[in-house]
Amino acid sequence: MTHDERDPLLTGTQPPLLYPPYQSTVLRAPTRPLLRVPANMSDFNAPVYGYLPIGEADHDLTRQSAEEPQGQRITVSGRVLDEDGRPVPHTLVELWQANAGGRYRHFNDNHPAPIDPHFTGSGRTMTDAEGRYRFVTIKPGAYPWRNHHNAWRPAHIHFSLFGPSFLSRVVTQMYFPNDPLFPYDPMFQSIPDPRARERLISAFSLDLTEPEWALAYTFDIILRGPNSTPFEQRT
Amino acid sequence: MSDMPTRLIASGSQTVGPFFHFGPGDHPQLGSLIAPGTKGERLDLQVRVFDGQGAAVPDALVEIWQADAEGRFAAPAPGAPRTDAFTGFGRMPTGADGRCTFQTIRPGPPADMEAAHINLCVFMRGLLRHIYTRLYFAGDPALGIDPVLLLVPDQRRATLLAHPQAPGSAVWTFDIHLQGDQETVFFDL
Repeated sequence: MTHDERDPLLTGTQPPLLYPPYQSTVLRAPTRPLLRVPANMSDFNAPVYGYLPIGEADHDLTRQSAEEPQGQRITVSGRVLDEDGRPVPHTLVELWQANAGGRYRHFNDNHPAPIDPHFTGSGRTMTDAEGRYRFVTIKPGAYPWRNHHNAWRPAHIHFSLFGPSFLSRVVTQMYFPNDPLFPYDPMFQSIPDPRARERLISAFSLDLTEPEWALAYTFDIILRGPNSTPFEQRT
Repeated sequence: MSDMPTRLIASGSQTVGPFFHFGPGDHPQLGSLIAPGTKGERLDLQVRVFDGQGAAVPDALVEIWQADAEGRFAAPAPGAPRTDAFTGFGRMPTGADGRCTFQTIRPGPPADMEAAHINLCVFMRGLLRHIYTRLYFAGDPALGIDPVLLLVPDQRRATLLAHPQAPGSAVWTFDIHLQGDQETVFFDL
């Protein structure tokens, strides 16, 4: 059992550990029941903060090199909220992604698409006092992987957030609207509830699109918590 | 209208994937939790990760979170610059041998009848969601009273023990087995 499986409101909103269509889960997903530890017995809810210095261009992946990267310039912005709808201020948001051709700057990525020497694909920022964040980047490309014949990942951006404690920790992926690869992607499909899957799809915003400069996508992230309210007491 | 707040649903987890090394895995400073002024008994903590066939997992991302030498979790204000104060947080990717190493201190005993421990959170390709576990120190006389350890069936408690490389060594090893006879106890929190 996991906390979401214990809560009827959360049924299907998180992926299972074992999901054979995603082949790597077969030898890596724990097989025994997780050990339930009551919230008041654990210090996993102690405050945590990943120390990372935030540089001036860390939120802008188009300004991390002497020249601009290739691809469609976009902004990705949104709010980080807890389950009660309260903003999560001053928390670290990290993202990483493939370049416009669907290639990661990574020693294990053998996809024969070009490396862009002007694109690291890595950024980080902190949410402001209202839980807002904003990145400037380029739209990543889809890319093939070897999970099954003709497997392609939909274009996505990886996100990692802390929130107030290890219990609010989340690593997820942001997708783009209307991607034709969604029905075929076992990672996206691993979340049973279609509404929960849709919440991982960013929205295009004409209002936030900057004329003559960049398309805008918005993506709100909801963290588990707050910790002040034990989950066992929630209805 | 009820004044109960509307409950939002937490964002779905997705795997960290194989390509995090140039992002969250690219901060070697997060492998050392200590500064020259840090109080406490220094230790090199090696965490090794193995899959269901016993093969080393070369692409896991391991985070640790622990108390200081006095047994306190001392998180600084968010956004504060790094100082000599002990942060208690570390993060490292495993290498080809499935191992990563943290330079840290042995945490002090918590105040209320617990054994000293380090919390861990593990991410990797093939994990659609992260997993939580905790390590204790073999030989700690407080193991028998720790309330979390007492929740663990007897025959599985050993999976939560870190061991020194040799008696008295400052190098401690903690093995995480994702599956199999030695499968580590992971927590539902």
